[in-house]
Parts: sequence; structure tokens; C-alpha cells
Amino acid sequence: MSAPTVFDHPAARALSRRHRLRWWEPLPWILALAFYFMFPRYLGFGTELLIMVLFAISLDLALGYAGIVTLGHAAFFGAGAYTVGMLAHHGIWNEPISSLFIGAAVAAAIGLASGLVLLRTTGLTLLMLTLCTMALLEEAANLGHDWTGGFDGLTGISIPPLFGLFEFNPLFPKTQYLYVLGALLICFVFVRTLVYSPFGHSLTGIRENTLRMHAVGAPVRTRLVVCYTISAALAGIAGGIWAQANAYVNLSTLGLDRAATVLIILVLGGYGRLYGAFVGAVAYMALSHFLAKVYPTAWQLGLGFLLVTIALFARGGIIGLGETLMARLRPKLKPKPPS
Amino acid sequence: MTAALLETRSVSKSFGALRAARDVSFKLEEGARHALIGPNGAGKTTFINLLTGVLPPSSGEVLLKGEDITTMEQAARVKRGIARTFQINRLFRGLSVLENVYMSVAERVGAAPQMITPAGKRKDVIDESMHLLETLKLADHAHLTITGLPYGRQRLVELAIALGLKPVVLLLDEPAAGVPSAETHIILDAIDALPKSIGVLIIDHDMDLVFRFAKKITVLVRGAVFAEGTPKEIGANADVRAVYLGQATHG
Ligand SMILES: Nc1ncnc2c1ncn2[C@@H]1O[C@H](COP(=O)(O)OP(=O)(O)OP(=O)(O)O)[C@@H](O)[C@H]1O
Ligand SMILES: [Mg+2]
Repeated sequence: MSAPTVFDHPAARALSRRHRLRWWEPLPWILALAFYFMFPRYLGFGTELLIMVLFAISLDLALGYAGIVTLGHAAFFGAGAYTVGMLAHHGIWNEPISSLFIGAAVAAAIGLASGLVLLRTTGLTLLMLTLCTMALLEEAANLGHDWTGGFDGLTGISIPPLFGLFEFNPLFPKTQYLYVLGALLICFVFVRTLVYSPFGHSLTGIRENTLRMHAVGAPVRTRLVVCYTISAALAGIAGGIWAQANAYVNLSTLGLDRAATVLIILVLGGYGRLYGAFVGAVAYMALSHFLAKVYPTAWQLGLGFLLVTIALFARGGIIGLGETLMARLRPKLKPKPPS
Repeated sequence: MTAALLETRSVSKSFGALRAARDVSFKLEEGARHALIGPNGAGKTTFINLLTGVLPPSSGEVLLKGEDITTMEQAARVKRGIARTFQINRLFRGLSVLENVYMSVAERVGAAPQMITPAGKRKDVIDESMHLLETLKLADHAHLTITGLPYGRQRLVELAIALGLKPVVLLLDEPAAGVPSAETHIILDAIDALPKSIGVLIIDHDMDLVFRFAKKITVLVRGAVFAEGTPKEIGANADVRAVYLGQATHG
């Protein structure tokens, strides 16, 4: 090594190793596989959960890493879902995997086009514009009845067997579950690679201090648009899978409800943390299930209350709480290593 | 005659009725050690914002090595070698000191657009960032998050980020404000260690530092150039004393 002294420094060592796999990182995947074997009757629920995780990861890239405040991310989920749904319903194309790529491309195109305009703004303006984009798409899907099925959506989307081998429809939840898990793994590895790259580092820089990023010569808006487009493509994949797994599409794929849910999941789990999406989705599903049982009429109120609490007292979500706890405990567990 | 490194020709900037820069014609020569002084609100920071492209001038021209860059974007100016520090720290507060400097070095060497290679594998960027921190006596703090750093050290990180750009023109907006006086020499030493050809413009209210550093001083008052000359001339200028130096001893 040319300069061993520099890389002996704890800061340099931490930076040059931060992309390495940590011991606990296989855990979510082991749990997901364990779920497959232990709860074969709940795989439909598991599939829905994994799709939301993927959707939340796409949002984390834009919101958690680049700091793009958006309330309309379901626009891209819906774009992917409708693309896959319409192609299959109208008998144009239904091979599942290539359909996802097409769905991703359409969502990315919408992300790119809207991003070029939206990302000139920040804060509340940006928030409103993302909402408007989603509302426009929703209205288009509502009005384009011949193509989109309008308010009723499209049913009877039939997908041919996966790889020509495995039957693919809601009657085969095992196939669907593994299919979603595979797609999630691939997308996750991609996002993880991205956030630890210099590009990802610069996105963090934009989030932390946009003005300074301009001053170090970063093409800030280009970076944001690229990030937004990638994030839209991933959301499109999530939406496409949703359409395939449910064998229908409707307006719920691109409504405010879905956009709000994914935001809650991410905030609950902890944004800008990669694994917040996993923790948040599980916590959200468990909580809404629990609250719906205890307060059948007002469970959303309980959820809202929890969200306010998190926003006020635990900005890092559940993972953030865990980190704080670990930081408190660590000095007590073992004496600090000499630096 | 060769063109000045950085030059403005009757640059003006108005904020509504307020004229923060009035017909400022100014030259920063190659290798200059130039100071810009003036009372609070004189328009010094505004002038730097005009030079770096943060603000567009209302009228006038900005030239870099004779080339008109008046309408050039901020990032493009940085690529051509104009770097600045901020009067009020603008750091990546949630990141470590090293990660802060990594940001600017990565931009300069063109690593920043890379999406696949992990940031940690750009050893060249880490190596250069660490060496820069060593020259600024910040290496011991490299692993700390900015929020856990004393204010004076944060000022040095400001400087480190700018130096990571290997600028041709370095614009320092009160780099020593908030730095304990025992440590201001770190800043001057770092500037001394730069290649001599770099043009440095420093804004500061600390007259000791200004007179130690500058070979030339420009005095800005109410947006206009009030006086310009060597430290000796400026120090002896009765008008300058009246309008600025006298006041500075009070505040
Ligand atoms: N973006 C802006 N919009 C409106 N007014 C501004 C803006 N920026 C600066 N000003 C005003 O322009 C004047 C010059 O401000 P500037 O910050 O350039 O002064 P300065 O010489 O740097 O002062 P100081 O020594 O206090 O840093 C001030 O009156 C300030 O209020
Ligand atoms: Mg100022």
C-alpha cells in the first residue's frame, strides 16, 4: 500500500469500509425466507408486504438520501402498475419480467419529465407539485376509460407462466412470493450499491447542504433529476409487480392513500437508512392490524397519533431509536478502544 | 499586458431599492494576496456572491482570465477554478469531517458521478482528503461528525472543503471569524502553503490578520469601492480610518 499511515486513521478506515456487508444485513432475507416456509397460508399478505418494502425503498432513495420531499410517489407506482396492466389486458405483451422493465421505463420517463420541471423548486412548492403530478395521472387514468378501465380499473390480467415454467397467478402464492422476493433483492442490491457510491455520497451532500454542493461545483439539479428518475423506475417496478400479483389494476395504485402509506412506512422505519423500509413496512402492517382489532372504527387515528409522536420525538424512526439505544449502551458494554 | 485572473467591470447589484454593489471595478491578479474590507453591510459578501455566480449582477461584467463569465452557472465557474468559503458555516453537518472534504475532492477529480464503485474504494480521494486535513491540523478530528466539532474547527473544515477544489481563485469570506486567535495562524499557514500563482481574496474584520496577510487592500463602503492600495497606504488613509478603521476598534 502506498500510504499505509492515512488508511490506519479511524476516519479513513470507516469510510473505506462503510460499504462492506455487516453481520446483520442477511437477517431480513433470512426472515423473509423463514416466513415462506412457516406461514404458507399468509404468502399473499407477505407478497403485499414485500411490494410495499420495494416501494418504500424507492422513496427512500429520493426522500431519505437526496432529500427530495415528495407526496406523490404513488404516481410512479401507478404508472408501472397501469403499464403492466394495460399491456396484458389489451393482449399486447404479458411476459412478466420484460413487462416489469417496460413498466419501469414508463415510470422513469414520467419521473424524468416531471423531475426536470419539479426539481427547480424546493420545500412546499415541490411538495404541492408532486401532489399535482399524481392527481393529474390519477385523473388521466380515470378518464381514459377505454384504455385504463376508468374508475373500475382493469381486471383479468393474465400472466403466462414465469420463465415458461411456473404458473403465475393469485392461486399460486408461493411462486408470486418468491418472484417478488427475487425482484426486491435485485432492486435492493442496486440501491445499496448506489447509496454507497460517490454519486450516493453527493446525493447525501445535496440533502445536507444544497448551497454548499453548488459551491463545490456539483451539477445539483442534474443529480437530483437522475436520482428522481431512478427512484421512479423502482417505484414503477413495485407497481408493476403489484398489478401482476393481484391480476388487476385500479385507481388505488396511484392515489394519495398509497402515497401517504408509503411515506408513513418510511418515516416509521426511519428514512435515509436503507433498512427503514423493511422495519417500517413490517411495523406498519403489524400496527394497522393490531389497531384495527382494538379500535375497529378509529384505527387510523391511532396510526396518525403514532406518526406525530415519531415526527416530534424520534426523527430517525424505529431504526433511529435503535441506533440511539445502541450508542447509549455501547460504552457501558465494553470500554472504549484506545484510538 | 495579460488579463487579470479575475476581474469585474462596473458590476452593480440592487436588492429592490438597496444598492449592495455600485459600479464595482475590481481586479484580482495572479498570485494576489488581496483583502476586501469594509463596515458591516458594505456588500462584501454580496460581491463574492457576484463573483461566484450565486447572484446575477444587475449590470456589469465578470471576467475570468479575460473570458466573460457573467452568465456562467456556479458549478461551471467552480470547474474553472473559482472556490469560496462561507461567512456562516455551510457544512454537511450530519457527516464526518473526512466525508465533508471527500465531497469536494470527489467533485474535482470527477469521481462524484460514479454510481457503482463504492465511495470507500476511491482510495485516491480518501488519501487526498486526509492529507488536506493533516495540513489543516484537522486529522485528529477527521472521524467526528460536524455537529460534534467546536466552532473554530468547523471554520477550518470550511477552508478544507474549498482547498479540496484546488482552486485558481480562492475567495475567503471571514475565514477566521470564530476561530480562536491562537489558531488563526493555521489558516494563514495553509494559504502560505498554496501554490504562489493562486489569487486569494480574503474578507475579514480582524485588522491584524488583514495587515499580516494582504499585499493589497480594497475598501468597500455602501457597495462602492472607497479606497484601494497597499496596506501601508490604506493604514495611512485618513478617510478610511474615519469610515472604517476607527469604527472597527469600537466594535
Ligand atoms: N439576498 C439579499 N436580498 C436582499 N438584501 C440583501 C441580500 N443579500 C444581502 N443583502 C443586503 O445587502 C447589504 C450588503 O450585505 P452583505 O452581506 O454583502 O454585507 P457584508 O459587507 O458582507 O457585511 P458583513 O460584514 O456584516 O458580513 C446588506 O444591507 C444586506 O442586508
Ligand atoms: Mg459578509
